[in-house]
Amino acid sequence: MFSKFFIRFLFYIFSIYFLYISLSFSAGKSFELYDIKFSFDGIFGTFDKPSARRGLQIYREVCSGCHGLKFIAYRNLTSLGYSREEIKNIASEYEIEDGPNSEGEMYLRPAVSSDNFIDPYANINMAKFMNNGAAPPDLSLIVKARNYGSKYVYSLLMGYKDIPDNFDSLNGYYNKFYPGHIIAMPQPLYGDDVEYLDGTISSLEQEVIDITTFLTWTSHPEMVDRKKMGFKVLVFLIFMTGLLFLSYKKIWKPVKDGSI
Amino acid sequence: MTKKEIGSRLIDWIDYRLPIFSSIKHSLVDYPTPRNLNYWWNFGSLAGFFLVLQIITGVVLAMHYNPSAEGAFASIEHIMRNVNYGWLIRYAHMNGASFFFIVVYIHIFRGLYYGSYKSPRELLWWFGLIILLLMMATAFMGYVLPWGQMSFWAATVITNLFSAIPVIGDGIVNWLLGGFAVDDALLKRFYALHYLFPFLIVGFVILHISALHTHGSNNPLGIDSGGPQDSISFHPYYTIKDLFGLSFVLTIFFLVVFYAPDYLGHPDNYIPADSLKTPAHIVPEWYFLPFYGILRAIPDKLGGVVAMVSAIFVLFLLPWLDTSKVKSATFRPIYKKIYWLLVVDVVVLTWVGGNPPEGYFILIGRIATIYYFSHILILMPIIGFLEKPKKLPSSIAGTVLKQKRENVDNNV
Ligand code: HEC
Ligand code: HEM
Repeated sequence: MFSKFFIRFLFYIFSIYFLYISLSFSAGKSFELYDIKFSFDGIFGTFDKPSARRGLQIYREVCSGCHGLKFIAYRNLTSLGYSREEIKNIASEYEIEDGPNSEGEMYLRPAVSSDNFIDPYANINMAKFMNNGAAPPDLSLIVKARNYGSKYVYSLLMGYKDIPDNFDSLNGYYNKFYPGHIIAMPQPLYGDDVEYLDGTISSLEQEVIDITTFLTWTSHPEMVDRKKMGFKVLVFLIFMTGLLFLSYKKIWKPVKDGSI
Repeated sequence: MTKKEIGSRLIDWIDYRLPIFSSIKHSLVDYPTPRNLNYWWNFGSLAGFFLVLQIITGVVLAMHYNPSAEGAFASIEHIMRNVNYGWLIRYAHMNGASFFFIVVYIHIFRGLYYGSYKSPRELLWWFGLIILLLMMATAFMGYVLPWGQMSFWAATVITNLFSAIPVIGDGIVNWLLGGFAVDDALLKRFYALHYLFPFLIVGFVILHISALHTHGSNNPLGIDSGGPQDSISFHPYYTIKDLFGLSFVLTIFFLVVFYAPDYLGHPDNYIPADSLKTPAHIVPEWYFLPFYGILRAIPDKLGGVVAMVSAIFVLFLLPWLDTSKVKSATFRPIYKKIYWLLVVDVVVLTWVGGNPPEGYFILIGRIATIYYFSHILILMPIIGFLEKPKKLPSSIAGTVLKQKRENVDNNV
């Protein structure tokens, strides 16, 4: 009886697996991304905070010239281990338009912790105009908004190569991993682009890992809480399911025996 | 007088005036249920659970959501980032919709295998199909609410389908959109209807259950219950079995919610809607893929729409298209085999629907579409006539207990 149940169970698992395979093929993976392991992979993975903080430094010194981060507030940085004081200082380096004041005028003021990161361009048209017609996307959700999120961003930033002869170089740069290979973004990182505050050597690979970690955090700020809570919920549910199964067997025994 | 007596007197007092307690007792406690239901009969109560989950999580989302083309996307991010446990509520709602469909599709295929749509359960079957249609409308409109790229373009593609209707098509499209393009007006009406429809579903679920309880559940043998020896009371036997099933499915559900919450979704929906940028592939949510496969298998737009809609409407005719006198496929040697062909066919349509309509996919999609309709419109009526069913057992209790004895004999 139980083995019959087990065989059926295997059958369901295989059908689900089959559906999974067919669906993941349909997602379309045309080129192999770099196979890199991150600190936040897996059930127990968490963000490597020093790495994410270095990523913030890269963002501020390199990417923020072109890319916004509009869903992140400076105060959110507490979860990367910054103190309130540090956050205040970071925020105050930016200016933000506010108003109207009591005289009806708009004015500039230094940003405070509760403000969101400011956009580099006043509007999308300016963003396009300054970048050969391709507006740099906001990076708050970039990892969620691409297939194979973190791996893709990592590979993209590592994937600048010389243009092969058969490509037209006029409207962009060659990138091995960008769909269509011609991307409007010039290679942003080469190695030694920043001098890390914590003294880490800023090799290209290190920089790319750091910015990817930071951007994964901006996309999934809840990830660590989610995994922790998930673990507790699942342990509880597995225990519950076992208990309910035993109760079910016990309650049904007379029915199965035929004594009811 | 003890406390308990006061309680029970209060219950009696209410029940005398409004018999809610006796009807709960009647339909959830004493309700006689065939003793031989297998795990496939768990999926009805599971569907009910996911409906309630959608309503609860949905109402909480609605407290923070901003139904405007300007603010919708940002309000979802506000829910995900600033609202306490907003990410949990939203991920549960997103994946709850997927699980609702998985569970309902299995529920429907259960009915298909055991002939549960046959007399006297035709109306029960119809209410089920109406619920499916309402669910599809609800889920489609819900998917538009985050106002991401897929939301926007799915809304554009689907509303545009109505333009295939001759003469009045374009007028209907403008009326649906509340304008000439997918924009704020459409988002607002979708939001209003997305909030309304689940309660219509609740209404049809009540009708569905009332129809069910009139003649009781079908069962794996597909023969009528012969008397009290064939049934057991719903409580505790099926309450505990349903709870066990629920707990098992919730384990899988929360595995997805906590560890792969975006797995069933599409990354493009985290890009804000942009009417100037068409995504490379516009694909609907996975639960619409078989229908999308049928839509695109027909080279003509109107034809495609008709085929897609018919794919569900032919199911309304099943009670009459299936000419077999025997309900359960267990006793139908030929039908039992082709049933699995239909299952494979729908999986193939899902796969084709998720791929761009090029090359082999077109051919495979057409063959699978032709098979789907032939299966229901031609094979089912013919096989019902030609097939010689196996001998039906004379009673439920007799069969179950005989199996039991054989198992014991084998084990000894
Ligand atoms: C000179 C301006 C500029 C800088 C600096 C810059 N980017 Fe970009 N970035 C762009 C533009 C323009 C695009 C749009 C590319 C396109 O559409 O072809 C883009 C696109 C992207 C994309 C999306 C690619 C895709 O799949 O669509 C990512 C990810 C990205 N940038 C990351 C970064 C990171 C990380 C940095 C900092 C290390 C950075 N960018 C610095 C201009 C810039
Ligand atoms: C039949 C039950 C329901 C189904 C199948 C359903 C389905 C969906 C789907 C597929 C989404 C899009 C999820 C996403 O991609 O983000 C969604 C979003 C939403 N739904 Fe529902 N829903 C149901 C009931 C409800 C109810 C009852 C309410 C409100 C009372 C509601 C409120 C919302 C809101 C506010 C959103 C936007 C937030 C979001 O996108 O996460 N839903 N729904």
